[in-house]
Amino acid sequence: MPITPATPERHAIGLAMKRKEDPRFIQGRGRYLDDIVLPNMLFLALVHSPYPHARIVKIDKTDALAMPGVKAVITGEDLVAANLGWIPTFHGYDKQMVLAVGKAVFQYQEVAGVVATSREAAFDAAELVEVEYEPLEVIVDPFVAMKDATIIRDDRENKTNHIYHWEVGKRDETNAALAASDVHISGKMEFQRVHPAPLETCGIVADMNGGSGRLTLYLTSQAPHAHRTVVSLVTGIPEDKIHVISPDIGGGFGNKVPVYPGYVVATAASVILGSPVKWVENRTENLTTSGFARDYHMNVEIGATTAGKVTALKVTTVADHGAFDAAADPTKYPAGMFGIVTGSYDFPIAFTELDAYFTNKAPGGIAYRCSFRVTEASYAIERGMDMLAQRLGMDPAELRLKNFVKKEQFPYPSPLGFVYDSGDYHRTLEKALGKIGYGDLRREQAEKRKRGEYMGIGISTFTEVVGAGPSKLFDIMGIKMFDSAEIRIHPTGSGIVRTGTRHQGQGHETTWAQIVAEELGLDPQNILVEEGDTDTAPYGLGTYASRSTPVAGGAIALAARKIREKAKKIAAHVLEVSEDDIEWEDYKFKVSGVPGKSITMKEIAFAAYTNPAPDSEPGLEATFYYDPPNLTFPHGAYIAVVDVDAETGETKVRRFLAIDDCGVVINPMIVEGQIHGGLTEGFAIAFMQEIRFDASGNHLNTNFTEYLVPTSLETPAWETDNTVTPSPHHPLGAKGVGESPNVGSPAAFVNAVVDALSPLGITHIDMPLTRAKVWHAIQAAKA
Amino acid sequence: MKIRVTVNGALYERDVEPRMLLAYFLREQCGFTGTHVGCDSSSCGVCVVMLDNERAVKSCTMFAVMADGHEVTTVEGLANGTELHALQQAFWDCHGLQCGYCTPGMMMTSLVLLKQNPDPTEAEIRAALAGNLCRCTGYQNIVKSVEQAAGALAPAAVVAK
Amino acid sequence: MFPASFDYLPVRSVDEALAALAEHGTDARILAGGQSLIPAMRFRLARPAVLVDINPIAELAYLREADGALLIGAGTRDVAIERSATVAAGYRLVSDVAAVVADPVVRQSGTVVGGLCHNDPAGDWGVAALAGRAQIVVRGKAGTRTVSIDDFLVDSYTTAVADGELALEVRFPTPGQRTSGSYQKIERKVGDFATAAAAVQLTLGPDGTIVDAGVAIGAAGPKATRVVMAERLLIGSRPTTELLQSAAAEAEKISDPVADTRGDVDFKRAMARVLVQRALIATLERLHVGELR
Repeated sequence: MPITPATPERHAIGLAMKRKEDPRFIQGRGRYLDDIVLPNMLFLALVHSPYPHARIVKIDKTDALAMPGVKAVITGEDLVAANLGWIPTFHGYDKQMVLAVGKAVFQYQEVAGVVATSREAAFDAAELVEVEYEPLEVIVDPFVAMKDATIIRDDRENKTNHIYHWEVGKRDETNAALAASDVHISGKMEFQRVHPAPLETCGIVADMNGGSGRLTLYLTSQAPHAHRTVVSLVTGIPEDKIHVISPDIGGGFGNKVPVYPGYVVATAASVILGSPVKWVENRTENLTTSGFARDYHMNVEIGATTAGKVTALKVTTVADHGAFDAAADPTKYPAGMFGIVTGSYDFPIAFTELDAYFTNKAPGGIAYRCSFRVTEASYAIERGMDMLAQRLGMDPAELRLKNFVKKEQFPYPSPLGFVYDSGDYHRTLEKALGKIGYGDLRREQAEKRKRGEYMGIGISTFTEVVGAGPSKLFDIMGIKMFDSAEIRIHPTGSGIVRTGTRHQGQGHETTWAQIVAEELGLDPQNILVEEGDTDTAPYGLGTYASRSTPVAGGAIALAARKIREKAKKIAAHVLEVSEDDIEWEDYKFKVSGVPGKSITMKEIAFAAYTNPAPDSEPGLEATFYYDPPNLTFPHGAYIAVVDVDAETGETKVRRFLAIDDCGVVINPMIVEGQIHGGLTEGFAIAFMQEIRFDASGNHLNTNFTEYLVPTSLETPAWETDNTVTPSPHHPLGAKGVGESPNVGSPAAFVNAVVDALSPLGITHIDMPLTRAKVWHAIQAAKA
Repeated sequence: MKIRVTVNGALYERDVEPRMLLAYFLREQCGFTGTHVGCDSSSCGVCVVMLDNERAVKSCTMFAVMADGHEVTTVEGLANGTELHALQQAFWDCHGLQCGYCTPGMMMTSLVLLKQNPDPTEAEIRAALAGNLCRCTGYQNIVKSVEQAAGALAPAAVVAK
Repeated sequence: MFPASFDYLPVRSVDEALAALAEHGTDARILAGGQSLIPAMRFRLARPAVLVDINPIAELAYLREADGALLIGAGTRDVAIERSATVAAGYRLVSDVAAVVADPVVRQSGTVVGGLCHNDPAGDWGVAALAGRAQIVVRGKAGTRTVSIDDFLVDSYTTAVADGELALEVRFPTPGQRTSGSYQKIERKVGDFATAAAAVQLTLGPDGTIVDAGVAIGAAGPKATRVVMAERLLIGSRPTTELLQSAAAEAEKISDPVADTRGDVDFKRAMARVLVQRALIATLERLHVGELR
C-alpha cells in the first residue's frame, strides 16, 4: 500500500500529482552538465597518482605539451603560484590540495591537469605527463594511523594523523550506569566505506568570459550559492562577477556537494586561457576521488535491567576521513548529527565520543543520503538494540516497544542534546507488525528452524534528524543554514517560485508548486519552479541532508502567506470592505457575514497590477528567508524478512515493509518514490557495496564491475505505508523524508540475517553481507 | 573516416575517428543529447539505444564506424511528433523517473523488450532491465511503467490472455 | 574513457578477414560483439593498432542443427541462443547459459564464439562447452580444422586460434533422448563475472545408469576446467545422493580459484562443489530422476 496523506486531498497538498519536470526527461531533453556546449570550449583531463602515498619528485610536461591540441598542462606548483594550491574544506577545520603539492596522499589523487581542444586529445596527452614519484609508507587502517608512525599530513602544524576528538553526553555517569547495570552488552561494528555513485558523474563548464567580465560556472552542484561563495573566497573574484548555474543533475546523494579539484582546475584554466573549459569525470575518477561515505568503526555498549529496560548507552567511534578532512558537516558538528545515536529510545543517560584520523584514501565522509552521519548512528543503535534483545532472549519488537520514547514525552530532550519535535513510535511499529503479520512470521520461523532452515526477521525503528538548521547552531563556512523562497504572482494568476535549494530528482518542480498552490488557491500547473541559478534564485544552502522540505518548504509556505497578507489588503480594497471583514476560506477570500461576496486569488492577482490597493505597492510578490526554530525528526519502522541459503551464504529478501513517518506529506507519489530509491541504496550497502583498499593502499573498487549497484533483478519489491505525526514547528507540519530509507534500512537487513543465523550462535556480521562473508560466519559457527 | 548513419529516421553523414564511441557520435555529431554516458565498464546502460529496429545496444560499447549503413533510434525518436510514445507516457504516469538520467536507456531497452515480448510478466521485465542501472527509483515504478506501456501498446494480446 | 587510436577495417567475407589478419599480424584484433574488447580498449588495457570488424559478414550469423550438432556461427549473438525455441527444447545446458551471460543488453551484441575466443577465466560459454563436449571450427591460411573444446581452451585469454586464424563456428553435439544438462552460476549481481559456475551434461542408459557425463567448473582456475574425476565416478554408476556428493567433492578438489572481491579461495572451492551438486540434481530432475537432494 502506498504512502497516503494525512488528510484527504486538500487543494494541492496531499495530491499524488504527476511531476511537472518529467516531460523534458522522457523526451531526452533534460539539460545535464555534459549537454552544455559553448563556442571554443576546451576540455580538461586529469592525471592521477598511482601511488597512495608518495613524494612528487618531478613532473615533466614536455611530451604532453607537444601533443597537437594541447593548450596547457597545470600542476600543483602552478596553482600554488596563483594562490589556488589549496582550498578550504566546507567543514572549515582543514584545507585540501587542489592538485598534489609536494606529495600525493591517496591513490588516484589528482596530480596534474591537461587542457586541450578535444576530450580525446586531453586524455591522450594526460598519458604523456611524466611524473616521478618516491613512494612512502602507506596507511589504510585508521587503527594504524593512530599510532603516528608515519605522518600523512606534514603540511599541518600538529604532526599527527589524529584530526580531532569529539564527544557529547555525560562520560562518567554513563560509565557508572553501565557498570551498575544488570546486563551490559558491548558490540563492535563497522559501517564500511561506501560511495553514493549517482549515474551522472561530477563535472563543470567554467567560462571566464572576457566580454562580460563574469565567470560563469555550469556545475553539478547541490548547493550552487554556497559554491559561488566558496569560489569567490578562493579566487578573489567578487561574487557579483560569478554566476553559478546548476543545470539538471543526474542524481546527487551528497556526491555533488563538495568542491572538487577538477572544478578549481577547470576554473583556473578558463581564467588563464580565456576560453570555456569543460571537465567531466569518468566513473573511475568518480569512485576513487570524489566524496566517499561512512567509514566508521564503532563500539556500542548498552546497559539494561534484566527485564529489558535500557539504562545507559555509550558509543565509541574511530572515524576514517581519508587524507583531508573534507566531511561537509556544519561547522559546529564535526561528527554531524551522530548525537542522534540514542535513536527512538528513552535512555536516561548516554555518552558518545569519536576520534577521527587521516589515512591514505580519498577525502569525504558526508554523502550517500547520510543526513550528516545519521546513517551511522542509526545503524549503531538499531544493531545494538538487537544485540541486547539477543542477550536477553527477548523479542526485538518487544524490547523496542518497552523502551521507546512515549508520545506524551514530546518535545523530547535527548540525553545527547537534541529536542525531538514529535513522534509516535509505538503507533508506527504496531502498524508495521500488524501489516507484516509478525506473529505468523515468528511461528513460521520456529517451524523452519526445526528443519534447519534459516529464516530471519529484522526490525529497524529509527529516528532521524534533518532540516539543518537553526542559525544559532548551524552554519557551513559561517553561512547560516536558513533557506529561502521568492514568489511572484503574474497578472493572469500564474506564478514563479525560486528557492535556494537545488533538486537532483526529488521532484521540487512539483512539490514546491503544490505548496504555493495550496497556500494561495492557485493551480499548481501554473506555478513555475526555478532552482539552481545564482543570479536569480534567492540565497540558500542547497539540497542534501533532507533539508529542502523542512527549510525551503517552510520558506515557501511563509512567503506565500506574506503574499496572502498582501492579497487580503487588495481584496479589501476591491470588495470595498475593511480588512478585518476578510476571511481566507475554501481557497478564496470571503467577506464575513456576506455569503456570495468573495474574490479568488486569480482575480486578486489581476487587481494587483490593474487596481492596486492604495496602502501597498503594486504587484504581488514576497520573499522569505526561513530560519527554522528546530530540526525535524522523521521516524519509521522497517521490517525485513529474509531466507539465508546456508550452503552458499546467499540471502534472499523475501519481504521488506517500510512504514515511514515524515509528518505531513505533500506529494505521496513522490514520497513513495524516494522511499523505493533509498531502500534500494540501503539494500546495496547491506549486501554488496564497499570501497576497500588492499594492504598496499590499492583501491579495489574502481569501476562498476567492482563497486556494485544492484539491478532490477536483485532488488526486492518494496512495501510502503506511512503514519503521520506532524512537526509542531514546521509551517506545513512536514519533516522531510529523502534519506530516511537509507538511514533505517541497513540495520533491518543485518538484523534479519543475524536473526536467521542466531540458532548458530552468530551475534553479528559486518556489512556488506556478501555470500562469502555469511558462508564463513556459518562455517565458523558450526565448527 | 566518412560514415553514414540513419538516426531517428534522418541520414547523418560525418567524418569521424574510428575510436569515436557511438554514444558520443549521437550526442555531439548528431545533437541527440538524450543518450547519456555513466560509466567506463559497460555496466550502467544509460547509453542504450536501439539498432536496426531490433536490438538494444550500449552505445558506449560500440564504435560509431560500426553503425555505418545502419539505423539507430534514440529516445528522441520515440515520440511521433508531439504525441508521446506509450513508454514515455507510462514513465510519466507511473513516476518511473526521478533524476531522469537512466530514463532514456530504460525506455530504449524496454522498447526492444516489448517488440520481442509484448506481454511480459513482472519477472520478465525485471530480467530484461537488468542491464540498466537506476539509483533513484529502486526499479519498482519503472517496472510498473513498462507494464502500463505493454498494456497500451498491445491491448489485444493482453485481452487474449 | 577513450580508446587509443586505431585503424578500422570492416570485412565482408571470411577470406577478407583472413587476408587482413595475414597483413597486420599481431597488430590486428578481430571485432565481433566487442563487449569484452571495447571496454578493455576504453581502459586502454588493449590497444590494437587495427580492428578487423567481422560484423558485416552476414553468412556467419547462423544458428542451425546439422550433422548431429547445433552449429553456432561466429556472428551469432548470445541473444539468438536465448530466444531460440530449438535450443530451449533440445539443448538445456546451452539454453541455461544463454540466460545468464553478462546482462540482457550486452547479450544482444556479444557472440558465443567471441566469448569462447576471449576465454575469460570466469566466462560462461567455456564451462558449458566442456560439459557439452563442443568443438570449434577454425580457419587459417593452411585450411580449416576442427578443435575439441579441451584443446581449444589453452589458458586465460588464450585459445588454440593461432596468428592469422579465425574461429568460425562452435558445435554442440545434439543431445539424445535421455540427455540433459544444467548450468549453475553464482554472481553477485547480473553482469558480474561468475563467483563460481558449474556445467553438467548427463546421458542415462535404458536402465537408469549414467552412460555419459560432462562436468566442468568455471571461475575456478586460469580457464574453465573439466572435472575429469567426477566424470569417471559418474559414468557407469546409478545416480544416488552419495554418488552426487562424491562427484561434487571432486570439483572442490580440482578447483583452483583466485581470491578476489567475490570471495576467498576456500569459499570459491566450496561453491564449486555446491554448484556441481546442484547442477547434477537439476539435470537428473530434468531427466525425471528425483529425490536426490
